Amino acid sequence: MNFQVNNKALLVGVSAVVLGLLAGALLMLVTGNDPFQGYQYLFAGGLMNGERIGNTLAMATPLILTGLSVAFAFRTGLFNIGAAGQALIGGLVATAIGLTFAWPKPLLLPVVLLGSAVGGGLWAWVSGWMKARFNVHEVVSTIMLNWIAYWITYYIVPAYFKGQFETESRIIPQASSLKVDWMTNLFSGSYLNLGIFVALAAVVVTSIILNRTVLGYRLKAVGYNRFAAEYAGIHVSRHIVASMTVAGALAGLAGATLYVGYASSIQIGVLPSIGLDGIAVALLASNSPLGVMGSAVFFGVLESGKGFMNAMTKIPPEVGDTIIATIIYFAATSVLIERLFTKWGKRKPRGDRT
Amino acid sequence: MDSVIEMRNIRKEFPGIVANDDVSLSVQKGEIHALLGENGAGKSTLMSVLFGLYQPEAGSLWVHGHEVKMANPNVAGELGIGMVHQHFQLVHNFTVTENMILGIEPQKGGVLTLKAAAQRIRELSRQYGLDVDPDAKIEDVSVGMQQRVEILKMLYRDSDILIFDEPTAVLTPQEILDLMQIMRNLQKEGKSIILITHKLKEIKAIADRCTVIRRGKVVGTIEVASTTEEQMAQMMVGRQVTFKVDKGPSRPGPVVLKIDHLSVRNSRKIMAVKDVSFEVRSGEILGVAGVDGNGQTELVEAITGLRSSESGAIFLGGSDITKSTVRQRLERKLAHIPEDRQKCGLILDFSLAENFILENHFKVPFSKKGFLQREAIEKNAVRLISAFDVRSAEGPRSKVRGLSGGNQQKAIVGREIDSNPELLVAVQPTRGLDVGSIEYIHKRLMEQRDRGKAVLLVSLELDEILDLSDRVVVLCRGELVGTVSAQDTDEKAVGLMMAGVPQGAAG
Repeated sequence: MNFQVNNKALLVGVSAVVLGLLAGALLMLVTGNDPFQGYQYLFAGGLMNGERIGNTLAMATPLILTGLSVAFAFRTGLFNIGAAGQALIGGLVATAIGLTFAWPKPLLLPVVLLGSAVGGGLWAWVSGWMKARFNVHEVVSTIMLNWIAYWITYYIVPAYFKGQFETESRIIPQASSLKVDWMTNLFSGSYLNLGIFVALAAVVVTSIILNRTVLGYRLKAVGYNRFAAEYAGIHVSRHIVASMTVAGALAGLAGATLYVGYASSIQIGVLPSIGLDGIAVALLASNSPLGVMGSAVFFGVLESGKGFMNAMTKIPPEVGDTIIATIIYFAATSVLIERLFTKWGKRKPRGDRT
Repeated sequence: MDSVIEMRNIRKEFPGIVANDDVSLSVQKGEIHALLGENGAGKSTLMSVLFGLYQPEAGSLWVHGHEVKMANPNVAGELGIGMVHQHFQLVHNFTVTENMILGIEPQKGGVLTLKAAAQRIRELSRQYGLDVDPDAKIEDVSVGMQQRVEILKMLYRDSDILIFDEPTAVLTPQEILDLMQIMRNLQKEGKSIILITHKLKEIKAIADRCTVIRRGKVVGTIEVASTTEEQMAQMMVGRQVTFKVDKGPSRPGPVVLKIDHLSVRNSRKIMAVKDVSFEVRSGEILGVAGVDGNGQTELVEAITGLRSSESGAIFLGGSDITKSTVRQRLERKLAHIPEDRQKCGLILDFSLAENFILENHFKVPFSKKGFLQREAIEKNAVRLISAFDVRSAEGPRSKVRGLSGGNQQKAIVGREIDSNPELLVAVQPTRGLDVGSIEYIHKRLMEQRDRGKAVLLVSLELDEILDLSDRVVVLCRGELVGTVSAQDTDEKAVGLMMAGVPQGAAG
């Protein structure tokens, strides 16, 4: 059993990051900017003081959860493209609960979180069930459900929770927000909130489920080889549904940390970008829960640093996005990177060119 | 001496292992030279070096007396070296002719000119007795014919040194005889042949000389005519090998498996098993003989619960399991060595330890309250690895993907026998394995029988069926042609039944 961090995956992830940063440097050079200065401001923007570190982590929080969602489904051989829709439903449920019940915070917050997990979980359950029952591919059904979630939110928010504008909900009361004073103060007024603890707990829990439980063993067995799973008497379709549901619950929690944590209201007309970004996070992390944490924080640094870089230099913020895209590209072609390492390892001692 | 191929002191390493260590091989013009070795001994690596797929770390290659550097397979092709791979490299919805010209398309102003090519194929086919129709589509022809197309491909490219990689693994007994005739024809026309195999019978039947490789090193090159099969086997395995299984008298007990008028449809909804009835008793091995695709797969899937049956009933230990789930059947002490070990029997990306608990992972001591118990799982793996002699690089933690075919199969056999089944369904348990592993697995199956368990053995190898079974049932087109006692029958009689002739005619 693999209980340690996979060294090879770590090596590939780190080299994808390094190569992506190098490509970004090249881009800055080509556009006539100083890459050293660029990176200096990019990382300073993400890390230079308590507030910025806090914002980086706050940015990373929902990414950790959607990254886990994608990674978890992927270990069972499922490609969850619908983390965005699941997060939206999770966020909608969280907001609805937060705006409806005037309970004290210690009672209300767990209900809000639970509600978001159940909402996201049920949303993804539909895809799992359709796959198990009718063999509908989850890529198709999750994308379609994204849009259904989008339009449901579009209808419900203005109809029942209309705020100052037609396009967003009322601001949630303090009691149902994941923001707490001591954290906000500790990080000098940043967006950092209790969501980070939810995300960290989710990392630990998914890691334990995947590596140490019977459920995780079965999910992986189904993912690696469904014929062998069937041969061993494992109920394949039941585990496909279970995996999608857990993945959806994680994405639903991501929605809570986004809409009642990082933000204080839910907007209509946007699918949260954390859904697709979650795929990138999981990809860079080779689908390991611990890796997801690392790569989400790294993306958080780039996300929150690119504005500062833009303000301090003439480098456009798009360079930050390009770096992220390049890193994803290198992570996706990790096989090539691996092969390159093997080749170097072999070539060095011999020095021949064949 | 007129060597067409000389490989001198070849050394090829992979991370962690030396696949070829100081290997030398010399092939004479017009000879059939066998390359014999167990799975993983380094035969395929050596041939890949010769074919330009791998670059050796040391050593040199000589073709027709000149030293050459095989940078890639194209160089080998230009030097007249051709290879029939174990897995054919044909485009299935192309015709024979289209496959033949792939990569060297004859054209006039950008338009294919197939006629001349088809004509040449016809001539070559006649010259070597290959019986290939240039206009047939690959997907419509038999496996044996596909292999002949591969052979033709080499001839079409004017190869005069032909490498055959385990060519008989996919053929029926009759097709094997045909292939041998073809190889003799090729030899007569002056071609040199390298035959990679671990089947001694074939070497004895066709090869002139034989080079034996064990663990990456050459054990020796021998004249086939003056060496016995036993001597070759001993060279290959490194110890004495018995071919005949020790089979004492059987003491059949009560009925364990009863198949009652069973009919099963295949995936295309066509009836694949038709009204079949038989019984397997404890303490006996019942063999199921038949040509591939005559209902064996569907029969086994119905018994093991992977496929629902159309009508009839299956009884295990007296209780009706026709509608039971796989898990329920496993609980009733059924074990299954599946036909395709990599597709069904193992999860290649799991470790050995994880694969050993595939069917029992949820039981104490391997898990408690839903949590896996690492220590117990590892201990179990250590025990099975030593009990069933499964060789791997990292013991319990080795990914099964990295194990050789023989060791993968031993892992499955170990896991299934260790579950102490009342009925063991073994399908092609020794497919693609070397002599040492076959001997070992046969012994284990026999042990099951002698311990009073029931064994249902399904195999395409008639030798295996006749050697191991007490009774044999023969399937043809999904119907049971007859049941015979293994003692009172022979290959010929069963062969006739396999073709659908009932046993009355066979005596």
